[in-house]
Amino acid sequence: MGEWVIKQLSVFVENKPGRLAAVTKILYDKKINIRAFTIAEAGDFGIIRMVVDRTEEAYSSLKNAGFTVTLTRVLGVEVADEPGGLYKIAKALGEEGINIEYVYAFTYGGDKALIILRVDDIEKAAEILEKEGVLYKNS
Amino acid sequence: MFWDPRIERMPEKELEEYQERKLKALIFRVYNHSPFYRKRLKEAGINPWDFSGLRDLTKLPFTKKQDLRDTYPTGMFSVPISQVVRFHASSGTTGKPTVVGYTANDIDMWVECLCRGLVSCGVSREDVVQISYGYGLFTGGLGFHYAAEKVGATVLPTSAGNTARQIELMKDLKTTVIACTPSYMLYLSEYAYKTGVDLKETNLKRGIFGAEPWSEETRKRIEEKTGIDAYDVYGTSELSGPLFTECTEKCGIHIWADHFLVEIIDPKTGEQVGEGEKGELVVTTLSKEALPLIRWRTGDITILENEKCACGRTHPRIMRILGRADDMIIVRGVNVFPSQIEHVLMQIPEVGEHYLIILDREENGLDVMTIQVELSEKAEIDKVSDILELEKRIAEKLKSVLNVTAKVEVVNPGTLQRFEGKAKRVIDRRKI
Ligand SMILES: [Zn+2]
Repeated sequence: MGEWVIKQLSVFVENKPGRLAAVTKILYDKKINIRAFTIAEAGDFGIIRMVVDRTEEAYSSLKNAGFTVTLTRVLGVEVADEPGGLYKIAKALGEEGINIEYVYAFTYGGDKALIILRVDDIEKAAEILEKEGVLYKNS
Repeated sequence: MFWDPRIERMPEKELEEYQERKLKALIFRVYNHSPFYRKRLKEAGINPWDFSGLRDLTKLPFTKKQDLRDTYPTGMFSVPISQVVRFHASSGTTGKPTVVGYTANDIDMWVECLCRGLVSCGVSREDVVQISYGYGLFTGGLGFHYAAEKVGATVLPTSAGNTARQIELMKDLKTTVIACTPSYMLYLSEYAYKTGVDLKETNLKRGIFGAEPWSEETRKRIEEKTGIDAYDVYGTSELSGPLFTECTEKCGIHIWADHFLVEIIDPKTGEQVGEGEKGELVVTTLSKEALPLIRWRTGDITILENEKCACGRTHPRIMRILGRADDMIIVRGVNVFPSQIEHVLMQIPEVGEHYLIILDREENGLDVMTIQVELSEKAEIDKVSDILELEKRIAEKLKSVLNVTAKVEVVNPGTLQRFEGKAKRVIDRRKI
């Protein structure tokens, strides 16, 4: 596994008061930092996706609290926080026939955006993004 | 192998004539000797002299568990107590226990029925039969005891409990057949495994399991874990005790029709259901003397199979007990048993075993059944579509089993209410 792989946590939550708070409280109590966070909602339920600083610990804490947690390998892309950033990489991947299953982004450091991508062929996608010089790498 | 080949292979037509004669005789007998039934039959307008037998069966009134409670302890007996050679009693979960009694002939008939069953699933005089059903007021232990002895097998009457000793004796005395509840068998095999005993390396070949409902999955689990053949047995204390078992074909439990007349009815309407349809098992005891029962509502849901079995026995079969009539719910006019839902969910690894059935009625009068089920902690979920596809897959499976559409909602693990003892799994919000 390359150093570019980001392990993302996906947590199934019902759309009920307190469920989201329960998830974040578990991480807060362990002083785990959430770096990226999004919710895919579908009426009765949602899937929280997040990237945190201490993944294994977050995974086991959530699991012990009874949540269904899945670790997923995703990619990070660093782009300048300006229009067209996402378009460029979507085009590069699309031309190579790589399917983006979902994407979400957040900004950091004032002027940078980190885009999280789940694709159907992660190795090939990483290669392309490396060539484009935008692949995020774990420091 | 047969215990009584002439009776067990009796042509259907002859069996029916036999039942006809015995049913008429039964009606005479209870009319003359049971004040309870004389009153019941009079109320139903039935005169034994006009009763034409099987054709008039559905005109006979049902007998229910409540009747036994109302006449506690022996008000429904048809013989004086001096002719009764044994009592058994079952502990009632609510209120008083129910008491059953046997004449010497009743005991013989009971033992005879179970001998046929034991032989039909391969038990012979060569076997060592360990009886781990409770002995005492419960009919399981003594029922198996006398039948296994009569077959000529060597009986090891361990009764229930003390699992370490059960396993030690099983090894030392080379038990080949065990009779107990399926849940005890699972416990025993787990215990054996933990203490370093591989049941596959013992002489154990067969198990006869009953006294509680169990599933085909449990059969597979027991057979895979222990390497034995597992057979189902049916019988309730009111009917005598354990009476009927599966044969080696493992496709239904043979009901000995020369002693017991069975019907399947819709528990809500009391009408007989069509062939092959599920419903409540109703039994008329054709031979019992001390406590004969007419159209006894067992409360057990099953399916009747009249086709001759591949084993050569002509007596009808009932399929595995699907659940209790009391648990039945009606959705859009279709009878649904929670046990069927449980059965489907057990086959889906992404969900747990706890569930809740919610019934609503829409403004247009249509029932909506929603089934909430907990996502397993081991499930792999990353996309919304993972959940939607799972819900769809469960709903399709349920539809094919229940014949009615159910909406499935996956919820967080550990969030559905847990129950000690009998679970309340249905919330009916329909305003009728
Ligand atoms: Zn058979």
